[in-house]
Amino acid sequence: MSNESNEIAKFQDPGLPEHVHRKTDVDPKAADRAERQVAILFILSALSTVLAIYSYIFIPDDKFFFLPIMGDTNAHQLFLGLGMAFALLFIGLGLVHWAKTLMPDTEVIAERHDFRSPDEDREDFVRTVKEQAAAAGLGRRSLIKRTLGLALGVSALTPLVLLRDLGPLPKKKLEKTSWKAGTRLVTDPGDRPIRPEDLEVGAVAQVLPELVPGKVRHLSDIAKDAVLLIRLRPNEFQLNAERLSWTHDGIIAFSKICSHMGCAVALYEQQTKHLLCPCHQSTFDVTRAAKVIFGPAARPLPQLAITVDADGFLVAQQPFNEPVGPSYWERSS
Amino acid sequence: MKKAERIGGNVASYVDDRTGAAKWLRKNLTKVFPDHWSFMLGEIVLYSFIILLLSGTFLTFWFDPSQREVVYEGSYEPLENIKMSAAYASTLHISFDVRGGLLMRQIHHWAALIFMAGMIAHLMRVFFTGAFRKPREANWLIGIGLVTLGIVEGFLGYSLPDDLLSGTGIRIAEAIIQALPVVGSYLAFFAFGGAFPGEAFIPRIFTVHVLLLPGIFLALITIHLMLVWYQKHTQYPGPGRTEKNVVGYPLMPIYMAKAGGFFFIVFGVTAFLGAVASINPIWLYGPYNPGQISAGSQPDFYMGWLDGLVRMAPPIETHAFGHTISWNILIPGLIIPGILFTLMALYPFIEAWMTGDKREHHLLERPRNNPNRTAIGAMSLAFILVVLINGGNDIIATHFALTINQIMWFTRIGVIVIPPLTFVITKRICLSLQRADREKVLHGRETGRLVMLPHGEFIEVHEELTPAQKFTLTQHEQPPALEVPREDANGVLNPQGLKGKLRARFSQAHVEQVPAPTESEAKALESGHH
Repeated sequence: MSNESNEIAKFQDPGLPEHVHRKTDVDPKAADRAERQVAILFILSALSTVLAIYSYIFIPDDKFFFLPIMGDTNAHQLFLGLGMAFALLFIGLGLVHWAKTLMPDTEVIAERHDFRSPDEDREDFVRTVKEQAAAAGLGRRSLIKRTLGLALGVSALTPLVLLRDLGPLPKKKLEKTSWKAGTRLVTDPGDRPIRPEDLEVGAVAQVLPELVPGKVRHLSDIAKDAVLLIRLRPNEFQLNAERLSWTHDGIIAFSKICSHMGCAVALYEQQTKHLLCPCHQSTFDVTRAAKVIFGPAARPLPQLAITVDADGFLVAQQPFNEPVGPSYWERSS
Repeated sequence: MKKAERIGGNVASYVDDRTGAAKWLRKNLTKVFPDHWSFMLGEIVLYSFIILLLSGTFLTFWFDPSQREVVYEGSYEPLENIKMSAAYASTLHISFDVRGGLLMRQIHHWAALIFMAGMIAHLMRVFFTGAFRKPREANWLIGIGLVTLGIVEGFLGYSLPDDLLSGTGIRIAEAIIQALPVVGSYLAFFAFGGAFPGEAFIPRIFTVHVLLLPGIFLALITIHLMLVWYQKHTQYPGPGRTEKNVVGYPLMPIYMAKAGGFFFIVFGVTAFLGAVASINPIWLYGPYNPGQISAGSQPDFYMGWLDGLVRMAPPIETHAFGHTISWNILIPGLIIPGILFTLMALYPFIEAWMTGDKREHHLLERPRNNPNRTAIGAMSLAFILVVLINGGNDIIATHFALTINQIMWFTRIGVIVIPPLTFVITKRICLSLQRADREKVLHGRETGRLVMLPHGEFIEVHEELTPAQKFTLTQHEQPPALEVPREDANGVLNPQGLKGKLRARFSQAHVEQVPAPTESEAKALESGHH
């Protein structure tokens, strides 16, 4: 350290230690042995390649056999893979063994060069840049500089504009689902309409809106329309009058799309009457209109008002009264 | 002259006649690389990248990146006649009807995990040994870029099969885009070509996954390696090793053989994993359907910490003036990761500012000899570990018979309490280790041999260290803290203001050290003995 007095001396660098010869350096027999070991490793690699190709051609890919820990194992895949793995592994081990036993292992010292150029070179560089810039008139002709800047800046807009057709504008699509007043609830899968008596107390069912004839159901429809039906005893609800009127005979319907990040809220705990989203563990209390009781979700799951139609099938009373799924900037509540 | 020599000579002559490369090649073929196991971490990353390119190319020959609906008619019976996307169906085809297809899929996935884990380990090595210091800041920044893109690339990769698990991951990504203030829903509709999930996303991310990002990776890795080559590798301190030299083995032949051999070993281990260890069995998850989900939905580990952050976020949303801001998504999903990665990228510059050190460094530091940096690193790791635990809270809950709520509350509090505690403890441990080094240098190594002296006293025999060991343990610098001038030449008090005070405070913390023993001290001790 520079700020210490001369009396304090640090431990001196004793320099690079003496090179210690390996057994293979001094004993020709050991060197020959090492050569044979390397050769054996390379031969093992070649044999493993044979195993891989043999497995590819001759082991049928529907043969399974039982192995401890791994369970039922596909022989074709296993031996093909092992053959390939060991073919590579033995080449690597052979090369490293060769390097470690037979190649020269004397440490070499190389000097580092300073990265900083000599001062005159640096000055020369700065001078050259200045001269060339001055020659081009960069400093004087500011009109050129500014208009070039403008042109370059504006030209970057075209690629952005070109990306416009990546997709349509959202418009009101995030707000609307396919549910309308009188839309029947149908099972998913199966597309069968449901009567209240199909659901026992404590049961859950995933439902979708009945398809309008001639229309097909896309995944993007399911991503907004999926609804979970749950049947409780009517006296288990703790709802206000309006929300209670949205239930039918103990059956309550919620959007299955999590109000947090849009995962399917599919885990229903029958004992506690909680709905849990497996993505981030937001937990909703079914008896209290899917109020959030735990986790990162900030809003209850939207409730779908349901009733029965003249034929006794469950239908929606009205569309969802709020957007389903995760929040977004234009969402008003 | 042998035939091989003659042919070699002709080739060399042909190349040199046209490029004049003989001198350059000769110099670089004997280029010296220092040897240490921790320098192989970066190599693992490079090799797994090559494995990813090879196995990935194989997979593209059969993979159909399309969300067109098809009916499955392949040989995996449980999914027969089920409607699914062409992407999922072709992934099943690769897994069950292309010989070696499943092996390649598993090699590709394992290589991706090794690629990410290797990058993180390499980053930790570079951080804790101070290898990022001048002149290597640019390579640190490239490295941060590679880690960030690696997370994105991995996520896009496991999203491609369009299975139920990965589709759920895309759903979450869409929700994060949608949560962006002002532009969120527009960006989401542009990215997905309409409402989620649409039919555009898989083809688009396929192009990004197999063309755009690998191209960027290739460019960044090339620059990264060229800089390593040009600036020469750092080395650990030791006898004969200085800031002005590099001690190691020449590229040809020993380093070529070792590095080349190591490539085959990494490839072999990855292939072994692909052969025996099942990973991402997409046929068990089923095709994606936004109305379905499986319990225990987990991302790959390098996304797990993000998921853990999102899980522990408090349920806060702002509704005002007809607009919604989802803090419960923005803070854990964008703001905290943004801050973390920015701080990580800027750390070399922050440390240089704290220490005022503008010199070049080619000798690495042992982590204990820079307690403040080591403690900062440990603190960051503790943070990531706590949120990663929360990212697996459902799995931990089922395996250890805990409730989700217990784990969530533990990590919610832990994420604030544990990192600072880790900082303090790590720093103390580093200082204790320095003290132990000091003891060892001044009093020798404890041998455990007890000797009874003639007058009955028992002593433990201490063995003196070799000069090389003494030098290695004491060679590190211990610069004093920065002095902030109390007043400048004109008598203005505290000229640097709050910034100066802050800097002095940081500098103070950074130089807290146990003084390294010197030869003078050792001599003084010796003469004082008996």
